[in-house]
Amino acid sequence: MEKPLLDLREIHLTYTQKNKQVQAVNGVNLSIQAGEIFGIIGYSGAGKSSLLRCMNLLEVPTKGSVHVEGRSLTDLTPKELRQIRTKIGMIFQQFNLIHSKTVAENIIFNLKAAGFPKKDQEKRVAELLDLVGLSDKADRYPNELSGGQKQRIGIARALANNPRILLCDEATSALDPETTQQILDLLKSINQQIGLTIVMVTHEMEVIKSICHRVAVMEQGKIVEENTTYQAFSQPQSSLMQQFVSNLYDDELPKEALKNLKGQTLLTLVFSGEIAEQDFIDTLKESFVVSVSILHGNIEYIQGRPLGHLTIALKGQPEEISAVKNYLVSTLTQVKEVKDYA
Amino acid sequence: MLEHLRTLWPEFVKALGESGLMIGWSLLITLLVGIPIGILLYVTSQGLIWKQIWIRTLANTIINLIRSIPFIILMVALIPVSVFFVGRSTGAIGAIIPLSVAAIPLLARLVETALRNLDQGVLESSVAAGASTWQIITGVLIPEATYGIIQGITLTLINLIAYSATVGAVGGGGIGDLAIRYGYYRYDNLTLIFTIVFLIVLVQLIQFIGDRIALLFKK
Repeated sequence: MEKPLLDLREIHLTYTQKNKQVQAVNGVNLSIQAGEIFGIIGYSGAGKSSLLRCMNLLEVPTKGSVHVEGRSLTDLTPKELRQIRTKIGMIFQQFNLIHSKTVAENIIFNLKAAGFPKKDQEKRVAELLDLVGLSDKADRYPNELSGGQKQRIGIARALANNPRILLCDEATSALDPETTQQILDLLKSINQQIGLTIVMVTHEMEVIKSICHRVAVMEQGKIVEENTTYQAFSQPQSSLMQQFVSNLYDDELPKEALKNLKGQTLLTLVFSGEIAEQDFIDTLKESFVVSVSILHGNIEYIQGRPLGHLTIALKGQPEEISAVKNYLVSTLTQVKEVKDYA
Repeated sequence: MLEHLRTLWPEFVKALGESGLMIGWSLLITLLVGIPIGILLYVTSQGLIWKQIWIRTLANTIINLIRSIPFIILMVALIPVSVFFVGRSTGAIGAIIPLSVAAIPLLARLVETALRNLDQGVLESSVAAGASTWQIITGVLIPEATYGIIQGITLTLINLIAYSATVGAVGGGGIGDLAIRYGYYRYDNLTLIFTIVFLIVLVQLIQFIGDRIALLFKK
């Protein structure tokens, strides 16, 4: 396997808050490869932002080490750390632009931090603003911009010095769904164009679904599951990931609908990949003596691969029903019986 | 009454000149020393920039010490220092050192407070950008806190005017001296009222102008 771009080993982070010890991060190991978009999801207080802030030493881990391109950040001199930070971009939930500086000046501040030649600054600013689609805003102040525009400037600024990694701390959480999607599309296209590695912390599964290749779910300072996004959606291992996934699919049926289904067997099916495009419902009807009604369903594409969710009701002889179940379990990714209805 | 004011006028102009001299110089010294100390206080308490507990504790203690001494006592205590720096301890010139020493801790605290009120996130983003401490101070802290710093300077100037009136009590010259010599020792109520009204108008004016200038920097 290729050497990871970012490697966290046994990270622990403890704060003292009002004389109380808080374990924000509790023994995390994580390797992130060059070019991937990696998501970290969890509820607030799970330690995901703290973990992200360890990646550029905004928080210095109490124990453990952070390696970027093989260099251990905690062993660097302050000057070396500043240099490497210019190669690790970061964007924030509240954007954190310098209010007293114009958009162009904000970007120039980051360029100066890396000692970028003065004569080329103007050209570089124009390039970056063009990249984020805000060429006309160079001389505006942050407070004259909308949230989505501010985040675009945040991205332009973070990319000023051609970083190897972009850290995103709840970067879309303060934005409305439409703007969120635009920002995610922008990040995705930057990832594809220049192969930028992106680490995203979020509490929104939608964000993970739209752009992340892999995902880790955190709880109480620990990573409880690390998976490819597709696997996480189709076969979540941990109960927390299951929760996040099921929150996204509102496949619960209304009480009135359930009343009419008394005596029938209700199944929730998850089927991935190519099965989604096959007609297994037809097979059911042809091979078994059951009646099948479809109550709820959808198919969507995660990382370009189809993933289906379907809720069906079966009516028939008990032995036929169990034969159907066996068939489904052997064919599909996940079969769950809805038991607690009526 | 007009006749009285006319005879007072030359005295008043002279006193005004003395006040202007001591306030002007001490304000200049206070700005040059107080603002850097205020920034130092903030920077040395910030883990993200340059946390230096010892420097911070030392600066803090000295500031609290000076601020707890009544100005009139401070003035007397600083006589040898004034003699050393400006060659005399009386008159408007002699008042410059004690006025500065009293105002520097005040401005330093106000600058520190202005910096503390900044959004921590902006500081974080500039640290994450790899900026040096100097770049952060000049490029982020000062521009972002200019509004608060100018308000602090306004308040300090008003305090300097109040202190400068006290200087009059020990023969330091200036408007306060005039008020005490004529108004208090000679029971000349008109002079007393005139100087008070003048000071009220002056302070209002300074506050008004200070607020206006500060607003220019609010983005």
